[in-house]
Amino acid sequence: MKTTPLTDIHIALGAKMTDFAGYNMPISYTSLKEEHLAVRQEAGIFDVSHMGEFVIRGKGALDLIQKVTTNDASKLKLGQAQYSCMTNANGGIVDDLLVYRLPENMMTNGEDAYMLVVNASNIEKDWNWISQHNTFGAEMINISAQTGLLAIQGPKAIAAIQSLCTIDLQQLRYYTFAKSDFAGQDNILISATGYTGAGGVEIYGRNEQIVSIWHEVFNAAKKVGIDLKPIGLGARDTLRLEKGYCLYGNDLNDTTTPLEAGLGWITKLQKGNFIGSDVLIKQKEEGVTRKLVGFVVNDRRVARHDYLIENEQGEEIGKVTSGTLSPSLDQPIGTGYVHTPYAQEGTSFFVSTGRKKLEAKVVKLPFL
Amino acid sequence: MNFPADLKYTKEHEWIRVIEGNIAYVGITDFAQSELDELVYVEVETIGETLAKDEVFGTVEAVKTTSDLFMPVSGKVLEFNPRLDESDGDDPTLVNADPYGDGWIIKIEMTDLTELEELMDAEAYSNLVE
Repeated sequence: MKTTPLTDIHIALGAKMTDFAGYNMPISYTSLKEEHLAVRQEAGIFDVSHMGEFVIRGKGALDLIQKVTTNDASKLKLGQAQYSCMTNANGGIVDDLLVYRLPENMMTNGEDAYMLVVNASNIEKDWNWISQHNTFGAEMINISAQTGLLAIQGPKAIAAIQSLCTIDLQQLRYYTFAKSDFAGQDNILISATGYTGAGGVEIYGRNEQIVSIWHEVFNAAKKVGIDLKPIGLGARDTLRLEKGYCLYGNDLNDTTTPLEAGLGWITKLQKGNFIGSDVLIKQKEEGVTRKLVGFVVNDRRVARHDYLIENEQGEEIGKVTSGTLSPSLDQPIGTGYVHTPYAQEGTSFFVSTGRKKLEAKVVKLPFL
Repeated sequence: MNFPADLKYTKEHEWIRVIEGNIAYVGITDFAQSELDELVYVEVETIGETLAKDEVFGTVEAVKTTSDLFMPVSGKVLEFNPRLDESDGDDPTLVNADPYGDGWIIKIEMTDLTELEELMDAEAYSNLVE
């Protein structure tokens, strides 16, 4: 199994570890609920160094990114990031990702440069996919193995770490980023992004910098009286689901399109051709036949990935893609694809556990 | 982790406590509840049934996963802990908080006491999980 620079530290902290996308990762340190609520109410730090990072730079960089992604990267200013998707020729999602437009003096080599942040489970697939479509002569560098990533999230995350850098983190707007010294380390990318909806930043650095940053962040939080906790992937999943953020492999895959997944807002069909755009334009005109919806379950039992969704007549109308007990709402919540007529808010259907049918109702996303 | 010496244990992480004669309580171990993390639901629909050793008598659901519960010995299911039954508005997290006490899951009437001898004692069980 692969490790991150912090794997030994997680084990020493007594974390429950799990194989996630081939990496030995912490699933929780104390309890999922406690960690979840810590991020909602105070602050938490996640090691997400397993994520993949590619730098794409040089003359053809923007053309290549425009061809493989659905959002309009030409709108990005220096120091800005956007959420995007890569789609295949059928409009199915190859991966969801962040695209950063790097400022000068940051791996730019004096040229236009971008960083793509992709899911750990898809690093190899994405790399091959983008390489295969690089007919623009863009320079591609896979920095995944050398790059560490910490997410520091929660309403008090910024206050916890402000003393570690000179830039004013409060002024860093959502989906922008800056290069700075941080916790005594140089060339750190501080990004006002995250997967929790709780506020905070994500911090990219070289592997050898990450352990020291991890410790300094705890020290800094302590000095200002903020109870920062380490958070595992279990709570990362419940935090993202409460906010209706999609998880690749659960809610998104090579057969689901961004329009079906509710990602029309990052699918810029007007920007010009990209892979799959013809199919997506047609799908938009004709309307999607299924949609990803959020639902709440009128039970204590949890709707889980791949459980079938049925109408009152017991006919299959869809499938659950994600489900959990929401720690904030103390109610089971989930997402799934259903036939479009059942996607309207307030529609009731049943989730079949195999033995039981759970009553569920479509609600607007996010849940929280 | 706590594994009381007066209980017997299974490799599926159930414990059994004989209270008198052939009557016993069954639950899941401290290790099991810790691995599962917060329980959200405990389901037992076998009350009144006589089940063989290793048969499924119920399920527990945690936030991340669902897990079957197995009979440590053969016997009749007499009672499901009413404090765990969420349909009554009660609290399955009792299993997390007190796995060997208030968080017991079923009360059974054992049909073959010799099966107890096949189960692990606290030391053997702690060697298995630690």
